[in-house]
Amino acid sequence: MSDENTIIVCRCEDVTLGEIRKAIREGATTLDEVKRITRAGMGPCQGRTCRLLVAGEIARYHRKHVSEVLQSRYRPPVKPVKMGDFAALSEEGGNSQEEGGHRQATGGDGQCICGKAVTGK
Amino acid sequence: MKTTADAVVIGGGVVGAAIAYNLAKYGLKNIVLCEKDTFASGSTGRCGAGVREQWGAEGNIRMCKAAIDIFENLQEELEYDYDIEFVQKGYLMLAYIEKEWEQFNVNIKVQHKLGVNAVALTPQEAREIVPTLNTEGLYGATFNARDGHANPFHTTRAYLKAFERLGGEVCFFTEVTGIEKTNGRIQGVKTTKGDISAPVVVNAAGPWAAPVASMVGVDLPVYTERHQILVTEPVGRLFDPMLMSFSRGFYSQQTPHGSVVMGIGDPNEPKGYDIGHSWQFLRRMCDIMCSVVPALEGVRVVRQWSGLYTISPDAHPILGTVPGIDGYYHAVGFSGHGFMLAPIVGKVIAEMILDKELSIDISGLDLGRFERGDLRVEPSVV
Ligand SMILES: Cc1cc2nc3c(=O)[nH]c(=O)nc-3n(C[C@H](O)[C@H](O)[C@H](O)COP(=O)(O)OP(=O)(O)OC[C@H]3O[C@@H](n4cnc5c(N)ncnc54)[C@H](O)[C@@H]3O)c2cc1C
Repeated sequence: MSDENTIIVCRCEDVTLGEIRKAIREGATTLDEVKRITRAGMGPCQGRTCRLLVAGEIARYHRKHVSEVLQSRYRPPVKPVKMGDFAALSEEGGNSQEEGGHRQATGGDGQCICGKAVTGK
Repeated sequence: MKTTADAVVIGGGVVGAAIAYNLAKYGLKNIVLCEKDTFASGSTGRCGAGVREQWGAEGNIRMCKAAIDIFENLQEELEYDYDIEFVQKGYLMLAYIEKEWEQFNVNIKVQHKLGVNAVALTPQEAREIVPTLNTEGLYGATFNARDGHANPFHTTRAYLKAFERLGGEVCFFTEVTGIEKTNGRIQGVKTTKGDISAPVVVNAAGPWAAPVASMVGVDLPVYTERHQILVTEPVGRLFDPMLMSFSRGFYSQQTPHGSVVMGIGDPNEPKGYDIGHSWQFLRRMCDIMCSVVPALEGVRVVRQWSGLYTISPDAHPILGTVPGIDGYYHAVGFSGHGFMLAPIVGKVIAEMILDKELSIDISGLDLGRFERGDLRVEPSVV
């Protein structure tokens, strides 16, 4: 037997279909809004599994095409990476005892080792 | 959308939402809130959402104390059916250089005078509060149990839902493109969904406060600056309080959900509206936090993003009216700590609009202070 409160849509965050539908009934019209209300898509897989399902629910409720709904952006890193691995990349390593603690940033921004740069929201 | 209103609030971040709710709570009937995107899509939804009384300036301590009084009952007051996740596990402020430690000891005296019960701790005592803390290089710390953090999306949405229940109208994806004014009186706004005539307009446009103010000819001395932040996968309890250091520029909290959020100040961040992000941030952030809490080394980063601080010349918000423009109000320039101030600012701006007695004195936070040269001073910002 399956009802909407036992069907898990977002496996990372344990969000059920019922919770997704509730957020949509209460006014959510975009993936971002559903994500902010329910956490669906905020977990380690960043919505790779549930995005389409959530978009489908929004589209059905608002009688839109799924492609109109699929606009929420992926945010890097593309795969979860251990903090220690990022820290190991640091040339300085370890503790910074510098006054002000503000080390110079080493270059421009917008680059990312693990995905396309995201602009907008 | 209504075409006539008693007040229009521009901005659906936590500040606009709190102002709109308080106006409705005080009995104003026809209020429209216009938000060009959706709730918490500006700075609010990108922020660390920390709330602290541990400030250096008296004004900030007073305001944040009043805000925490409100936060403590906000879930009930707004009758919200999700959790705004307000938790008070304290802020542990870490001093890594002597100057910082001296400043903390000055701050704590001011805090005590105003009834804030922060305590000064040795590195060993700090470790009793956070057993995972690496105390190497630490001079000392201060801790205030009443500080904490909340969920910025749900706090904002809770205000908006309560506002709607009181009869307010929330218009998402509705951008204000102009503000009408004749003979020094506000007449209404133009939006992408039509015009609304209204005698009162509130500018709570966050990073877009200056362009909105320019619609009525007001020149706001604020600039916007990118700040980056990341969140890890949820893990077991690593630390309870918000960890923060000014000399190292970081703050970090573990949410009730278990994920760890962290950000860091960087003087080289671009000014303007860039909300991209850099791998340099990831590296520097992880390097610093892995040294503060070594147990973080094995914890995975799942997402990084950035948001904007809207910074005023003295890092204090700009609140209230502008002489010569009847019906125009603003609550802007929060300089990186507008989330925690929103509950009290929302209340006091509503009181100002409705000519009620003000819950807290904000007369020194008007726009005119910059011309008078009466700047506030706050030693403790990240
Ligand atoms: C990385 C980061 C960490 C932070 N950490 C903390 C913290 O720990 N504690 C804390 O207190 N603060 C923190 N802040 C600061 C905090 O986020 C802001 O001060 C606060 O969210 C400001 O709220 P707001 O409602 O004024 O602005 P916003 O949330 O930006 O809301 C303004 C809204 O106005 C809308 N808008 C703009 N122009 C128009 C228009 N013309 N028509 C219609 N709508 C319009 C925008 O779309 C936006 O949604 C942090 C900020 C950042 C970036």
